[in-house]
Amino acid sequence: MELPPIVTTILAILTDVFTGINDLLMTLWVDTLGLSEQLAMSINTFIGAFALANFVLLNLILTIWFERKVSARVQDRFGPNRVGPWGILQTVADLGKLLTKEIIIPTNADIVPFFLAPLIGVLSVITIWAVVPFTPTAIGADLSVGALYFVAVSSLGLTAILMAGWSSNNKYSVLGAFRAVAMLVSYEVPLFLGLMIPVMLTGTMSMQAIVDSQLIAYFFVMPVAGLIFWTAMIAEVGRQPFDVLEAESEIVAGYNIEYSGFAFAIFYAAEWAHGFTICALMAVLYFAGWRGPFVETIPTLGIVYLGVKVLVIYFIQVWARFTVPRLRLDHIMNLCWKFLVPVMLVLLVVTIVIDKAAAALIPNYLAYLNPDLPYFQRLTGMLPRAGVLLFINVIVGAGALLAVSRQGRAERERIEALRLAEIEPAGPMAPIETGAD
Amino acid sequence: MTFSIIWIPFFLMAAFTIGGGLGVVISRNLIHAALFLALSLFGMAGLFVLLEATFIAGAQVLVYLGAIAVLITITIMVTRRLMGITETVNRQWPIAALISLLVFITLTVVNVNAFGAVLEPVAPVPADDITLLGLLLADAEGYFVPFEVASVLLLAALIGSIVVAREARE
Repeated sequence: MELPPIVTTILAILTDVFTGINDLLMTLWVDTLGLSEQLAMSINTFIGAFALANFVLLNLILTIWFERKVSARVQDRFGPNRVGPWGILQTVADLGKLLTKEIIIPTNADIVPFFLAPLIGVLSVITIWAVVPFTPTAIGADLSVGALYFVAVSSLGLTAILMAGWSSNNKYSVLGAFRAVAMLVSYEVPLFLGLMIPVMLTGTMSMQAIVDSQLIAYFFVMPVAGLIFWTAMIAEVGRQPFDVLEAESEIVAGYNIEYSGFAFAIFYAAEWAHGFTICALMAVLYFAGWRGPFVETIPTLGIVYLGVKVLVIYFIQVWARFTVPRLRLDHIMNLCWKFLVPVMLVLLVVTIVIDKAAAALIPNYLAYLNPDLPYFQRLTGMLPRAGVLLFINVIVGAGALLAVSRQGRAERERIEALRLAEIEPAGPMAPIETGAD
Repeated sequence: MTFSIIWIPFFLMAAFTIGGGLGVVISRNLIHAALFLALSLFGMAGLFVLLEATFIAGAQVLVYLGAIAVLITITIMVTRRLMGITETVNRQWPIAALISLLVFITLTVVNVNAFGAVLEPVAPVPADDITLLGLLLADAEGYFVPFEVASVLLLAALIGSIVVAREARE
């Protein structure tokens, strides 16, 4: 059957939707309007960046609604159900409310950093999306240093937090900023180490290549690394159980306590967008991003696979957010420095040594990384490596859990012994020490 | 030289770098000086991007903005009586000015001599510059020794800071 030309053109565009739109616009600019090719490419880049940045922010309308609905289910409530069908427009109404509220500027606030801080905060989140690959052909910028770019721009968020905390001229906001920076800087260590695993296994920092090499998603190959990376990411966003930055039921907000109206809304948007962004990064780095059946022939499917993966991870994050109790700050630090970092370091070193040894011993160990090979040959080519890495992970993970459980038992026995020693000599009628003499 | 579109980001980043540096020197408020320093370092990262040294740019943002600028800001915030200082110069300004002038002259002379009087287009950046960098850092013929010496120095500083910060035991 012969299809009319217009149908085949539309089908061709739909097969690879981002490249299709790009080519369509290029023909429009160059052939119809007679612009130079360089200028046309600049215009397209600008349109792409504009669309991506707005997608990140407009997406919040849906994700905030989703999060409130899921939290309501967890807490046996209805959640928003008045504005629009299923309350889906509730966020729009909230946005309108925040836009019309007054921005109260505290006395003696440092105006310029005060208003710059939320902008830098939201910028540090939106710019991460430049290196999120959507389909095999579409990515904001396939930088050769994509992974480094991600950690670099997200570290700008620290500056924003410090600026906000200090410029508010409020001792609680400064203390909140210190608390936030101490926690975020600590959790950057397991985060970077966890980021090194996909980079190391792929041999490049390009996000597109990292996704391409995940014939088997890295999470199923390196589950321990994936879980530690995910924990560190949640801590970086400051969500439960790591939400001492805000802790709305105990201390009510930290560095952003003096912000109101739209200035607060920008901080809020940055935080929620960050919560969604880490899900996208987790999907890209450990769950194979756009990879799925037939994605090589129909690149547009990539965005569907990525979307499904991101949504599932996002749901798990929200689920954890409303079920896991909040950790105390010292427990958070202990978890980071005494558990996550050592386990990650051991895992990293063991992986380097054994992976290199296996590469020398097993023939064609790394051949699957070549993108020109047919799909099934690459998939089977990855199996030996997946087996070796999974073995390492099981051993290291089991060892870590064993060490922690032994330490925990020793600690419990020590405290029990102390308590017995305190009670026994004094007998049952021990005088109560009040400490008020 | 004719106008090219790359001039716009270049002059923006150059303005960030120089303006930030100027701000560090003339701010009366130490926190403002620290923030200007961050701006200046950000401008440097932008210049590295324009030079196609993306790895250096990323490392610049990560290390200088994400760590050192934050560290300086926190240090200023937690140090007592440091916030009240409003003088921008102290007694050492003549010698500081002299040293900066000497460094400036040296760098200018070296750079002008290195490139010649007229700037010529430099060799194109190799496509896989990170691999090249990594190989050079691990190569005994390349920068292996300086790299290892630097890492030992950093380790010593790390241990030293732990020793200094540890509470003295009787």
